[in-house]
Amino acid sequence: MRLEVTRRAAPSKAMAFLSPVIAIALTVFAGLLIFAAAGLDPLRAVHLYFVSPFTSLYSLQEVLVKASPLVLIGVGLSLCFRANVWNIGAEGQYTLGAVCGGGVALAIGEGSPFLVLPCVIAAGILGGLAWAAIPALLKTVFRANEILTSLMLTYVALYLLDYLVRGPWRDPMGFNFPQSALFEPAATLPVLTSDGRLHLGVAFAVLAVAIAAVALPATLRGFSIRVAGSAPKAARFAGFSQSGTVLFVFLTSGALAGLAGVAEVTGTLQQLLPEISPGYGFTAIIVAFLGRLNPVGILFAGVVLSASYIGGEVAQLRLGLPVEVAMVFQGILLFFLLACDSLIHHRIAFRRAAPRTEARHVG
Amino acid sequence: MWAEAIILTVITAATPLALAALGELVTERSGVLNLGVEGMMAVGAVTAFAVAVTTGSGAAGILAGAMAGAALSLIFAFLTITLATNQVATGLALTLFGLGISGVIGDGFVGISRPPLPQLEIPGLSDLPLVGRILFRQDAMVYLSIALTAGVWWFLSRSRQGLKLRAVGDSHASAHALGLNVMLTRYLAVMFGGACAGLGGAYLSLAYTPMWIDDMTAGRGWIALALVVFATWMPWRLLAGAYLFGAITILQFHAQGAGIGLPSQLMSSLPYLATIVALVLISGRGRLALRHTPLSLGKSFVPER
Amino acid sequence: MQPSVDPSSPSPPPLIETVALTKHFGSVTANDGIDIAVRAGEIHALLGENGAGKSTLVKMLFGVLQPTSGEIRWEGEPVILDSPAGAQALGIGMVFQHFSLFEALTVAENVAFALPDTMPLRQIAAEVREISESYGLPLDPHAPMHRLSVGERQRVEIVRCLMRQPKLIILDEPTSVLTPQETEGLFETLERLKREGRAVLYISHRLSEVKRLCDTATVLRQGRKVATCDPRQETPGSLARMMIGSEVREVKPAPAHELGPVRLSVDRLSWRKPEVQSVALRDVSLEVRGGEILGVAGVAGNGQEELFQALAGFFTSAPDAIRIDGRDVGKLDVNTRRRLGAAFVPEQRMGEAAVGELHLSENTFLSLHASEDLAPRGWLAMSRARAITRRVIERFDVRAGSADPLASTLSGGNLQKYVVGRELSRSPGVLVVNQPTWGVDAGAATMIRQALIDLAAAGSAVVVISQDLDEIYEVSDRIAAISHGRLSAARPVRELTVETLGLMMAGAESGEAAHAP
Repeated sequence: MRLEVTRRAAPSKAMAFLSPVIAIALTVFAGLLIFAAAGLDPLRAVHLYFVSPFTSLYSLQEVLVKASPLVLIGVGLSLCFRANVWNIGAEGQYTLGAVCGGGVALAIGEGSPFLVLPCVIAAGILGGLAWAAIPALLKTVFRANEILTSLMLTYVALYLLDYLVRGPWRDPMGFNFPQSALFEPAATLPVLTSDGRLHLGVAFAVLAVAIAAVALPATLRGFSIRVAGSAPKAARFAGFSQSGTVLFVFLTSGALAGLAGVAEVTGTLQQLLPEISPGYGFTAIIVAFLGRLNPVGILFAGVVLSASYIGGEVAQLRLGLPVEVAMVFQGILLFFLLACDSLIHHRIAFRRAAPRTEARHVG
Repeated sequence: MWAEAIILTVITAATPLALAALGELVTERSGVLNLGVEGMMAVGAVTAFAVAVTTGSGAAGILAGAMAGAALSLIFAFLTITLATNQVATGLALTLFGLGISGVIGDGFVGISRPPLPQLEIPGLSDLPLVGRILFRQDAMVYLSIALTAGVWWFLSRSRQGLKLRAVGDSHASAHALGLNVMLTRYLAVMFGGACAGLGGAYLSLAYTPMWIDDMTAGRGWIALALVVFATWMPWRLLAGAYLFGAITILQFHAQGAGIGLPSQLMSSLPYLATIVALVLISGRGRLALRHTPLSLGKSFVPER
Repeated sequence: MQPSVDPSSPSPPPLIETVALTKHFGSVTANDGIDIAVRAGEIHALLGENGAGKSTLVKMLFGVLQPTSGEIRWEGEPVILDSPAGAQALGIGMVFQHFSLFEALTVAENVAFALPDTMPLRQIAAEVREISESYGLPLDPHAPMHRLSVGERQRVEIVRCLMRQPKLIILDEPTSVLTPQETEGLFETLERLKREGRAVLYISHRLSEVKRLCDTATVLRQGRKVATCDPRQETPGSLARMMIGSEVREVKPAPAHELGPVRLSVDRLSWRKPEVQSVALRDVSLEVRGGEILGVAGVAGNGQEELFQALAGFFTSAPDAIRIDGRDVGKLDVNTRRRLGAAFVPEQRMGEAAVGELHLSENTFLSLHASEDLAPRGWLAMSRARAITRRVIERFDVRAGSADPLASTLSGGNLQKYVVGRELSRSPGVLVVNQPTWGVDAGAATMIRQALIDLAAAGSAVVVISQDLDEIYEVSDRIAAISHGRLSAARPVRELTVETLGLMMAGAESGEAAHAP
């Protein structure tokens, strides 16, 4: 048997819709096999992993809290990926957002929340934006590969945060733990539920989705992003500046990642720590793809991937599985998704392998 | 004597980069961009360490590391070559998957240590003054990395099979029309890249720091990718680049040792900052970089049938 | 076993023969039951319009594509050609229309793929030199491919093919990239191959060439064989009728009209792209008046694309190097030039003039969003774009499966009608078109050429850049030739013979050499 792939004349609409669903189903199925192979009760493990996050109000809140940064970053990345700009340094932009926002929060201290909080959030957005501006400018001015530069800057950002919370910003009252002081209440995001887990960051995510969902199909800017990605020469023919598009998508996604970062530290953590992310910036790449680079799709995909974090924590507690299992599932999910996406543009057929001969004489 | 010590540590820091980057160079010359080097290195590192600890044999560990890297790259090859998926996205998935699975496998090996790979002495020569220890008393994988560089150089620039591989990377449509086997060539190139990344990882966990730590690759796979661009797809330049980066990596230890009062985090950031600088330097010089750039790099190939 | 050959017949079986050869691509039938027989020692023409199925047929003969059904026979015996390597082993060589060459490799390295791996490169280089000289196709075996002109590239393809001593040589539209003089040289090479007893399968849609060169012609139309004939017994008109299936519609020349003032002028424009493989523009000057069409002839890769990009404003030049209706536009971008009344049709239909994944109404935004104000305050005016698109579809008879189809679902001819029609919908004062009918069917080509002539007759200035000399002669009032980035002076079409134009295309200044005895 031989697998043959041929291009479809027009993309398959059904597969474009079904692909993420099939990919998730296949990932769960792979989970069953993996857990069984590891000698665990596969159904229980899969239940803990993929279902339990949705079964209690508390964990559902957790899902939403963790989904917000994923969605915020994912929306920004979807703009980049549509324009064929590979910003994979969102983790660094997120970190800089947290550093700048957190820095302002620590510096201002007390004050009216109506004054302090906007400053803190603006600082976070600007921090992410500035960090994204570096690879964006290096790409537009020097044509340096943005995949590598944005990723390298992520490592630098993580070291910067590490330096700050162990050095100048360490809480003097913190028993030498590497952490900043707790932010003043004026500098923390308001909470939306009585037990205080769900904070305003969720609203930011929903707002970002709404704006993107309206603007992407209906504005000239959105149009130029779509054209830049699928046909760069057509973008030039239309008079859309290539550098302009690169800068726009990079800065927008940096700003959104920065917002996610500042929302996380002022909403969930309320202080700066050496580790402020379970890899949101990278997981958001999967969120963007799973959501079809479509804002509303990203909202759903963010919830699914967030649940896999929660499921991973539960599985770690109850089954003693290493946390990295979550990452393995994310990788598998993206593999399956890409494979299924291939069917949108390609037709796949199994052929009986023709014997390998030079031109054979028959008859 | 400390100059000798520094050169020795530079070589040790450079070797994993050189191995991984060399494999990626061959992969890219065939027209495939595999961004999963980091993941393949991590899996190579943990597999090599696990096998070396279990069997007690460093050689078995090295072999296992290479095979693990190649096996992981096979997933990438199937997706990008057979199913024609986007190479950038698939490479990212491979990195996530590889880092994750290395953590899972390595879970039971944290905290174990074993002696580093033995140094191979060449009797007589290793006692030479100045260069003796540097040139003639290294572990086997250092020699392997240099031999591989020479081999890849010869293969690409002198052999007919290497010519075919470059042709596939230059224009897969032309290569297909002329009857070259584009798919097979790319599968082999990707798997060679995977095996080399696995070797690079094995060097990390068996020689560089002979133990398993989570995230021990620390972005070296990405630096290896940058090195390929920096070397404009030429093997000897790549080896030189690896030594340059090795030097930057170990700068931090010696700076700390010398009591230079810079934050350690800044020193640790140096290799990443240097990578960015290197990319900018090389990208600004379009003509130079273009000469060996595989023209079909990163593009999927779907033949008409 | 000798199937299907009458043993009493004295004549040998054809070198290659197909029986009811059929190829489907999904629901499209590209070849439908084709029978063709090519004999040793003949030059056999394969005639047909774009999209008639010629390329599909020869790709099956060369093992690149596999037939859905039917049979291929080689020297009378059925064969399965499952790869180009297999076809080459039998003695089939092919020169592709889109060359199968490697930019980064040298001539000798490019040729090496046709030869056994055991032959050292040095020997290959020597043989390249020998064969190329003996067939009148001079080449430097060590030159890197990206330095070679289009004509030289074709020589590499032919030499690579000849190195294997093929019995059958297939050439796909070989003269479309050559000057008239280079075409003569190629014909001499082909005549020599024929005298050596080889068979040549010659694909073309240029009827005069086929009539001159070929012994037999097989005509395809819409994937079917319609006739096999002796082209020397036919007229170009009768051959064209077979190809198109109906009377060929002629382009009507414009009625006599006064020329207006100069609307587009270029004054000593020089430019070099930063990229490596790019032809410079050197001292290019031209003037086009309202009411006339300037044809720019030239062999591919001589600066046509660069000239188009300069006129369209994809890069900037000195302010007064380019003027539209008397205004300096050298520093202005494409949309500002559009607002001043200019319109542009690039060579690349899919991916530049249109985006396959977008609907036609969305594609309308590409070139009209600024000049027609289709995005007031940044919001897309969808309904107006749809209305414009509907009018273009109607006026240019764009055949599509739905009212607003994806661009990727249109045939080449229909997409080109849309692309040209979109620009004409604005009645631009200046129109620059690069390769207006490249690869489209005769009906669409006639319609597009007529529309260009009508636009000029109504007072616009039109520049038609084309490699198709028939087209250049059909639409132009004056013709200039571009060669190595230099543009010759334009000459009125009535005073310009094809021979003189050929010399101009080869770089002789205004073809003076033609006047020499």
